[in-house]
Formats: sequence, C-alpha cells, structure tokens
Amino acid sequence: MSFLSEAFWVLLLGSLLGLELIGKVPPTLHTPLMSGANAISGITMLAALTLIIKAGNNLPLLVIGSVSLGFALFNVVGGFLVTDRMLAMFSRKSSRK
Amino acid sequence: MNFSEILKFLIDLLAVFLLALGIKGLSKVRSARDANRLAAIAMTLAVVGVFVNSLGGSGIPLNAWAWIIVGSLVGTLLGAVVAKRVAMTAMPETVALFNGCGGMSSLLVALAVAFFPLSNSYGEVSTGLVEKISIVISVFVGSITFTGSIVAMAKLQGWLPTPGWMQSKMRHLINIALGVVALVSISTLLSGGDNGLWLLVISSALLGIGVTLPIGGADMPVVISLLNSYSGVAAASAGFVVGSQLLIVAGAMVGAAGLILTQVMCNGMNRSLVSVLFGGALGSTNSSGSAGSGEYINITSCSVEECALTLEAAERVIIVPGYGLAVAQAQHTLREVTRVLEGSGVEVTYAIHPVAGRMPGHMNVLLAEADVPYEQLKEMDIVNPEFPATDVVLVLGANDVVNPQAKNDPSSPLYGMPVLDVQEARTVFVVKRGMSAGYSGIKNDLFDLANTSMVFGDAKKVLGDLLVELKELGISGKS
Repeated sequence: MSFLSEAFWVLLLGSLLGLELIGKVPPTLHTPLMSGANAISGITMLAALTLIIKAGNNLPLLVIGSVSLGFALFNVVGGFLVTDRMLAMFSRKSSRK
Repeated sequence: MNFSEILKFLIDLLAVFLLALGIKGLSKVRSARDANRLAAIAMTLAVVGVFVNSLGGSGIPLNAWAWIIVGSLVGTLLGAVVAKRVAMTAMPETVALFNGCGGMSSLLVALAVAFFPLSNSYGEVSTGLVEKISIVISVFVGSITFTGSIVAMAKLQGWLPTPGWMQSKMRHLINIALGVVALVSISTLLSGGDNGLWLLVISSALLGIGVTLPIGGADMPVVISLLNSYSGVAAASAGFVVGSQLLIVAGAMVGAAGLILTQVMCNGMNRSLVSVLFGGALGSTNSSGSAGSGEYINITSCSVEECALTLEAAERVIIVPGYGLAVAQAQHTLREVTRVLEGSGVEVTYAIHPVAGRMPGHMNVLLAEADVPYEQLKEMDIVNPEFPATDVVLVLGANDVVNPQAKNDPSSPLYGMPVLDVQEARTVFVVKRGMSAGYSGIKNDLFDLANTSMVFGDAKKVLGDLLVELKELGISGKS
C-alpha cells in the first residue's frame, strides 16, 4: 500500500506542477512547446524497458515490449529532434541581430 | 535499499527536476532550445536509471538486451529519419504522428501486463483492483490517443475528408454508444471478466476516430494538443501499471501542461474547448444560413502587373501569410519579393494571426526558415492599429483570419473570433488559387469590398511573377 499512497501523492503533485509550469506562452512557442511536451510523453519507454527486463523467457512479452519500446522511442527521438529543428530557426534569428 | 536502488532514486529525482525545468524553459523564446535539450538529457537519465536499477538487482538477461536493442534501434532510426526529412509545413501532422505512437506504446504496455501479469515493484502479484484500474485507463486512453492522432494526421495531410454523415447529429449517438460499450467492457473487466479487454480496445479505438473525424481542420491544433495531454495521462497510468513513480510524475506533468496549452490555444481562437470537441467543423452545419454561404457580388480580380505597380508605389506594406503560403512553399520567394521592396525603401512588416496556418506559431516557423527577421513579425494586437496607415496589404493564402464577418456579422459562425483588420488599409491584394472558401467553409466578406483585389494563382507562382515584374519596373534590390 505504501507504493500506492506515494504514487497518488506523486500523481497529484506532478499534475499541479504541470499546471503551474506553463503560465504565459507566446503564440510563437505553441507548436514547439506542444511538440516538446509530446516528446516527454514518450516516457512510457521506461515502462516498455521494465517490461522487457522483467519478461524472462516469455517470448510474447518480449516481442510486445520491444515493439512498444520502438513506438515510444520513435515518439521521443522524433519529438525532440523536430522541436529542436523548429527552435533552431528562432535562435538563429535572434543571435544574428 | 541497496546502493543501486539509492543511485536509481537519485537519478530519477534529478531527471524529474530537469524535466520540470525543461517544460518551464520551453515556454520562453530565449531559453526554449536549451530547455528542449535539457528535457532530452532528463529522458536519457531516466533510461540510465532503469538500467542502473536492474543491473544492481537481478541483472538483465542476454535475450532481453537483444530485444531492447532491436526495439530501440528501429524506433530511434525511424524517429530520426522522419524528424529530419519532414517538411516544416508538415509539422502539425508530424507531431500528431509522434503523439499517436506514444499512445500506442502505453497501450501495448498495458495489454502486455494484462495478459502476462508481472510481479511488480509493489512486491505483490498484480491482481489488485488499483492495478486493474490503471491497466483499463491505459488501454482506454492509449487507444483513443493512437487512433485520434492518426486521424488528425490523416486529416491534416488531406488523406481523409470529413464525411458528410459525420456532420449530422448522428455522430453524437454513435460516439455515445461507443462510450457506453467501453464503459460496459470496463465494468466487466473490473468485476473479474477477461473478455472485456478486446472489446475495450476496439470501442475506445473507434471512439478516438469518431470524436476526431468530425473536427474541422482549423481546430485540429487544439485537438492535437488535447491528445498530447491524453498521452501524458496514458503514460502516468502506465506508471501505475509497472510501478514507476518517475513515469507517473512525467506523465502527470505532460498531461496537465497539455491541458493548459490546449486552453491557451482555445482562448487564442476565441473558441471554447466544448465547441471545438462537439461543435463539429465550423460553418458546415449551417451552410444554408445567411452567413455561411451566399454569393460574391463584387469581386475585382487584377493582374500581377497591376499588383506590382501598386506595391512599388506604396510606402508601407503589410504581408498577411496563411496556410496557402505554407502549402505553396512560397516563403523563400516571398522573402525575395520583400527584399526587392525593402531595397526601394518600402517598409514591410508581417502580420501574424495567432492561428494562421494550421497550428499556432506555424507562420513564425515558416518565415523564420526563409530568413525573415524576427522583428518584422508582428502579432495581431500590435499590428491591428497600424492597418489604417498602411498602403497595401498582401494576403497570401490566408482566409478566415482576415474575414471582417467575425467583427460585423453576429449571425456568422466566425463572429467573435479576433481577426486582422486588413480592410482598413488603402488597398488589399488577396492572392488565392480560386474562390473556394477557407477552412471554416464560410464566405469571406473581405473579397467583396471595393478596396480588395483578387490575384488568382498559386502563391509561389504569383510571387515569382511579382518578383519579375518588380525587377522589370527598375527596382533593384540591395541584396
């Protein structure tokens, strides 16, 4: 039960933090912010990893875990790179002036 | 707690801290790029944490390594290729695709645990009610996120039209029915049955399609942002499934932040979330109404040559970019045209409507790619008072965001949406491929005004011709 009660505290505080973190966002940053947050939601790759590690010799579990890991990493790697590409365009401008 | 557990704990704490800093930093222009990298580092740390914990514990078997390497290689490579290759104009649908895959990942984890219960870090075998609930939530939200995102992507790509019957009231009935089926299967699952799982997967997947399909393209960014929030929720509930607090925190943060961002976007369009989700595509439901359709009575069309002459004589020009510019990939040609104009002393600025294009910030990204100085981009509130003192406004592929109906016609579905007051300028040129309506499907009163002239053609072609004309007129750009 201790993990559970802790987990709910974590859930609550995490949500509150998320609500607080984004106060005023300039419209310019909506797309990059969405894309960056989207990359972070690929954090389920940790769950997929855990699944594979704990799977033992259960082949279906290994396969599902691996596919899931692939999907998650596609999200994470793609998400961060695409966000970086977008943001690179802004920073290049501001450093030139 | 042994050493590796303590180490993992510290790594997790650091990762959460950096993730929070990353999300915070992403909301400021100056820090955004570093913040994005910070978040990426945090994610890498989190993965290291999992390995540290397992290596210190029972170790990772060889066959597990093989599956880990295969999965991560494929995912990483595909992600990198897509991220590098995709055109800047296709950003919204790319984000939707990534998001859908994140949802799919959570869904798969939950399904795997449902079929092959793990002994988890609560130390017990996973038959507890809470674990069942979290599996059910993961499956439900994960499926909706996946199918919803894929539909959103397909619609933005233009692969999927909005089917007519989806605009009728019937879709609400269908979606409610699907929701009921999902609820029934959830209650069977929770009361111990196993058969409900596939039913839940199918009904929630269909629900994701049913909810997203009727939503009009202009509202799509809001939907993607909402689905992004869902994938955070899916990740958090996957955290409950496998017993990872890090996953719960990160998922909760993304879920909540996504919700806020969705709200901010809705405010920018003066739409409520409810009307985005349940209102269907703007205009198409009341296309028989007086505001929705109607004939154009006073269209003036003019040649590129006339347009060039007027531009040459102008002192102040404002460019209003829209989705058409993005589709035509005309940003570089536009930049050349404005360089020539600036070279002859014309003052050029760009008016950026918050939802111009298919996603907020779309135009900023597009113009930045074409080397347009950041200072020349002006947001709506700043640029609107400047229109009366402007000689020429060049509207490039924008439509709904310059529709005066939003101000003048209370019966219009657009009424109340903040728009750019381009009609206040002395002359307005609208570059457009044809007389088709904008994304909202609503007639644009701007085109009927006496000071508006239409220049028909693809934005890139028109701008290319314009460039030639301007050069022939003897203006030599400095660059």
